[in-house]
Amino acid sequence: MEKYWNKNMECATRDEMRALQSFRLSQTVRRVYENVPYYRERMEKAGVTPDDIHSVDDLKKLPFTMKQDLRDTYPYGLFAVPMDQVVRLHASSGTTGKQIVVGYTQNDLDVWAECCARALTAAGADNKDFMHVSYGYGLFTGGLGLHGGAEKVGMTVIPVSTGNTNRQINIIKDFGSTFICCTPSYALYLAETMEEMGITKDDIKLKAGLFGAEPWTEEMRQEIESKLGLKAFDIYGLTEIIGPGVAFECSEQTGMHINEDNFIAETIDPDTGEVLPEGEQGEIVFTCITKEAFPLLRYRTRDIGILKREKCSCGRTLIKMMKPAGRSDDMLIIRGVNVFPSQVESVLLQLGNTAPYYQLIVDRVDNTDTLEIQVEISPEMFSDTVKSLEDQEKIIKNAIDSTLGISAKIRLVEPKTIQRTEGKAVRVIDKRK
Amino acid sequence: MVKQISIFVENKPGRLKAMTNILKDNGVDIRALSIADTKDFGILRIIVNDPEKACAALKDADCTVTITDVLAVGVDDCPGGLAKVMDTLYDNKISVEYMYAFVSKSENIAYVILRVADNKYAADVLSKAGIKLLTSQEIYDM
Repeated sequence: MEKYWNKNMECATRDEMRALQSFRLSQTVRRVYENVPYYRERMEKAGVTPDDIHSVDDLKKLPFTMKQDLRDTYPYGLFAVPMDQVVRLHASSGTTGKQIVVGYTQNDLDVWAECCARALTAAGADNKDFMHVSYGYGLFTGGLGLHGGAEKVGMTVIPVSTGNTNRQINIIKDFGSTFICCTPSYALYLAETMEEMGITKDDIKLKAGLFGAEPWTEEMRQEIESKLGLKAFDIYGLTEIIGPGVAFECSEQTGMHINEDNFIAETIDPDTGEVLPEGEQGEIVFTCITKEAFPLLRYRTRDIGILKREKCSCGRTLIKMMKPAGRSDDMLIIRGVNVFPSQVESVLLQLGNTAPYYQLIVDRVDNTDTLEIQVEISPEMFSDTVKSLEDQEKIIKNAIDSTLGISAKIRLVEPKTIQRTEGKAVRVIDKRK
Repeated sequence: MVKQISIFVENKPGRLKAMTNILKDNGVDIRALSIADTKDFGILRIIVNDPEKACAALKDADCTVTITDVLAVGVDDCPGGLAKVMDTLYDNKISVEYMYAFVSKSENIAYVILRVADNKYAADVLSKAGIKLLTSQEIYDM
């Protein structure tokens, strides 16, 4: 039996959801117009007033909000309530530039916890479960976001945060954690460390995990599931919108349901800004329609994905977002070809006997871009002749070249020499900048 | 037959130092060694007095290690000594994947480590031709 946290919202009819979205959108636009001078100016420039926004169809009249707008108004320029109503601040890690800061009212925190509670419930969690949170606590939204959702569900929350991997594993084992959340790359690192400690998946009770905050592949999911003995769910979110819980996977695992009663999603052509029909790949754009403190309108996420509204076996009617192919920020342009690090990961995991640790080194030599992919050698692929290692390199190279469409140099490196991280993995070193 | 340890080595400063120090710290004595090198990586091949211990210590230090059976052949330390071995192998259609030599403490004999596809067959033909093969014990006791 599929479990829902909020069946009314998660399984609402299309008409009900649209009516609710339209109502909330017009209210939000009016509030933002009245309270945020920056937005009012932008809307006046675009020749739109709150009176022009009656339904979801009017959304396209509004100007986009870009990350640069958040930087230009840093720290509090886009806040839509007085600071005495703001009960929490978070900030983005700033991996792709200067940090930005976001605020929450008590009601915003409740909405957020509700979104995460839906994600956890969809993954099968209830109040008998133990939730091991190894996302970072602090300004990063991962830790406290899922913490709030898990508490709302009534789970026993273990706020471990990041760091000290051996201790984390002992806690998972001793405290009997049944759920875990962290980045997918850290999940693999946990599995690797567990192996070193001589602890097997039968010694622990994990049954499901919510993994997000970085793009990951289907192959990586299988690897995590088999090594940790759990079912791995994707969860999507971004600090600017609310944090984790903007969208989540159900048991069908064919995309993530967007919490549409709180966030309206669109896909646009990243070059022209034109709205694309559902089902077409483009940049995902979100509009917050319940947030009070920091309600972004038409925020361009830089995440590339597809929106699909189709009947889901889980019964939810919430629109689905196909796993982002990568962030347009992560996308590298090498010799004029678009390359996502996730493509490399896919190839390596498909080939089998390599470890899922790799790094792309991009450089420019004599005005030509070069791509070197460092891959950690695994015991399975090592034999004592040079020829067999060179053959292995060739196999990897051929698979990668044909997937990426450009030629890459493969360099085998010793095990554990590519840096392990507790947060987002560093997949790319671009020396061209 | 003799156990040879092969270790994957990245071409960067300090790697050989690190690996030989692991052997030192574990009291492992190296009898013979060779390095096969390419532009980016090398394979360090060693014959030691205690392969099991060396292998465990290297693995503990996250080295990628494999053990291969190789032949250790004693040849007369005079012109034509090695040629005799090669003649025998050639006559029996045995290809050498790689080989390296080391000198012994005894005067008139040198040793060659040989890697071939079929150790047993090669050992047979060499023995029949009167060429001395070392046992692993003889190597360890050197």
